[in-house]
Amino acid sequence: MIVERISDTLWRRPKLLVVLLLTPPALWLGIIYLGSLFALLAQSFFSIDEFSGLINYEFTLKTYGELFIPANYDIILRTVTMSAAVTIAAAIIAFPIAYFAARYARGRWKAIFYLGVMLPLWSSYLVKVYSWKLILAKEGILNWGFEKLHLGWLLQAYLDLPFFGGNSLSTSVTGTFLVFLYVWLPFMILPIQSALERVPVTMIEAAGDLGAKPRQTFRHVLLPLALPGVIAGSIFTFSLTLGDYIIPQLVGTSRRYIGQAVYAHQGIAGNIPLAAAFAVVPILIMALYLWAAKRKGAFDAL
Amino acid sequence: MEFPMTIAVSFRGVSRHYGQVRAVDNVDVEIVEGEFFAMLGPSGSGKTTCLRLIAGFEQATRGEIEIFGTSMAGVPPYRRAVNTVFQDYALFPHLNVVDNVAFGLMVAGVPKAERLAAAEATLDLVQLADYGARKPSALSGGQRQRVALARALVNKPRVLLLDEPLGALDLKLREQMQDELKLLQRKLGITFVFVTHDQGEALSMADRVAVFNEGRIAQLGSPEDIYYRPNTPFVADFVGSANVLPPHVMKAVIGKELHGALRPEAIKLRDDGPHEATVRTTNFMGASTRVTMLMDGVQINADIKKGHAIPQVGAKVRLGWNDEDLHVMLGQE
Repeated sequence: MIVERISDTLWRRPKLLVVLLLTPPALWLGIIYLGSLFALLAQSFFSIDEFSGLINYEFTLKTYGELFIPANYDIILRTVTMSAAVTIAAAIIAFPIAYFAARYARGRWKAIFYLGVMLPLWSSYLVKVYSWKLILAKEGILNWGFEKLHLGWLLQAYLDLPFFGGNSLSTSVTGTFLVFLYVWLPFMILPIQSALERVPVTMIEAAGDLGAKPRQTFRHVLLPLALPGVIAGSIFTFSLTLGDYIIPQLVGTSRRYIGQAVYAHQGIAGNIPLAAAFAVVPILIMALYLWAAKRKGAFDAL
Repeated sequence: MEFPMTIAVSFRGVSRHYGQVRAVDNVDVEIVEGEFFAMLGPSGSGKTTCLRLIAGFEQATRGEIEIFGTSMAGVPPYRRAVNTVFQDYALFPHLNVVDNVAFGLMVAGVPKAERLAAAEATLDLVQLADYGARKPSALSGGQRQRVALARALVNKPRVLLLDEPLGALDLKLREQMQDELKLLQRKLGITFVFVTHDQGEALSMADRVAVFNEGRIAQLGSPEDIYYRPNTPFVADFVGSANVLPPHVMKAVIGKELHGALRPEAIKLRDDGPHEATVRTTNFMGASTRVTMLMDGVQINADIKKGHAIPQVGAKVRLGWNDEDLHVMLGQE
C-alpha cells in the first residue's frame, strides 16, 4: 500500500515529517501575513508630495514627524487612554467572573458560563454595536429605565459633566467606553479563567493557613499566579481597542481614534504613508507594554 | 505524659456531612500538647477531613473543636495557631524558596531583614541552607517536601498538621524522612498531627494512633495497642493485615462467639497442630514467605521464617499458635 509506505518512510525520517508539517504554516505566516505587514510598514518611511498627492518613494522620517502635530498627537493620546481605561475596567469586571468559573462552576454551571461568555461572540459585531447605539440613545431603554426609577436627574447630571457627558450616552465618550467594554470583555474573561484553572485550590488554602488574610492572599498569591492570564487578556482588549474604527464611528463624539485616522488617510485622502505610520503606533505601544510586563516579572509564574 | 497534660486539640462530637455523606461522624478525640499523633485510615475514612477541620478549611456540621481551649467555631484558617504541610506541598511557584518560607512572616508584617534571616535559619534546620534562591520547580520531590515543612515551621505553630506529607516520595526517601520528622518533632516539641494511609508509617512514628473507618475512630491507642490488641476486625485487617478469625471459628477455639485477631507471624506450621488447612498460594517476601491457606472456609495468612520448610500449593497442612498470640476482639464491624 502506498499510504503505508509513506507512513513508514515518515516514521524512519522524523525530520522530514516536521518539515512537511511546518512548511505550509511557515509560508502562510512568513510571506502572506508578516510579508504584507512589513510591506505596509515600509510605506510609513515614504512620504506624500503635498502638491501632486503622489507618493515619494524615498526613505524619510517626515511622515513620523507628522504624527506629533497636535491634531494627530491628540488622536494617539485619546486612543491610548481609551484602550487603557477599557482594559483596566475589563480586568476588574472579568476577574470575579473568571474566578467563579474556575473555582466553583461545575458541569451545567460551567456550560452556562461558557455559553454566556461566548454567545455574544457568535452574533455580528455590527449588530451588537448598533444595538448598543439604540440602548444608549436618548429614546433608548437605559434612559427609560432611569426615568422609571425616578433617577433621570442622576443620568442628566452625569451627562452634564464636561468630558464624560454629552447630549446622550450614545453620543458621549462614556458610550464609546461602554460599547468597547462590552464587545471585548470575553477576550479578558477567557484567558484569566484558564490561568485561574491552573491554580490549585491548595495554593489558596496554603496562603490562608500561613496567616494571609483574603486581601493578602489575593495580592500575593492569586493575582501573581493569574497575571499571565490578565496580561494575555489585556493584550487582546488593549490592541483590539487601539485598532478599532467602527465603534467610535457609530457611538460617541466626533473626535477621532487611531483606527478612524488610518481608515481616513488610506482611503479618502490617499495618504498611505501617514496611514501606515499611524498603524505602527499600536504595534510599538504593544511591544513596549509586553517588554514592561516581562521586566516586572508578569510571566514568572509560567 | 504523666505530667499535667495540656490538650492541644479537642474534638467533641464533631461531624462533617456533605449532603448524605458523613465524611466525619461524631468524632471525639483529645490530642495532647507535644505528642506525635497519627490519623490512620483508608482513603475516604475521614482522616483528612479531620485535619482540614483543625486547619479551618472545613467547618464542622455539628460538634465543637477547640485548639488550646479556644473554640474554633467561625474562626478562619488565617486566625488559627496551626500550620499545614500539604500533600502536594502547595509551594508558591512564583516565589523562590526563601520567599516561600518567609511568606507567613511577610503577611504578618515582620520586617524584611528579620523574616529572611528567620527563613534562612529554618531552611538550615531542614538541611536546605543553600537553596534559598531557587524556584520550587528546580527542586526534587524530597527537597520540596522540606521546603513545605520549613514554610510551616518558621511560623512557630503550636500544632503542625501534616497531610500525607511523605506520600509522593519514593520508598528510600520516605524512610529517611520518617526518621527526620520524628527527630525534628522531639527536638522542637511541637504537637504533630499526621495523616497517613500507611500503617507502617503511623506505627513507627506516632506516640498515639487513631484508626479511622467510615468517618469514625475505630480505635485510639498506642502503636502497640493497635498492632497487637486491635479492637475490631477492621483494625486487625487494616493495620498490618492480621488474620481475622470469625465467631464460628472462635467458638470452637475459646467457646465464645467473638472475633479473634492472629498475626501472620504467630502461626506455626507443625504436624501436631490442632487445625487443618489447605495451602492456596505461597509468596516469597525476602526474610519470610507468606503462605495463604484456607481453614474452615476462612483465609489464613502465615509468615514462615527463612529456614523452615515451605509447603506445596494444594497440600494439606496442620497449624497452631500460642494462646497468648490470639487476641480476642470485643468490638464488632
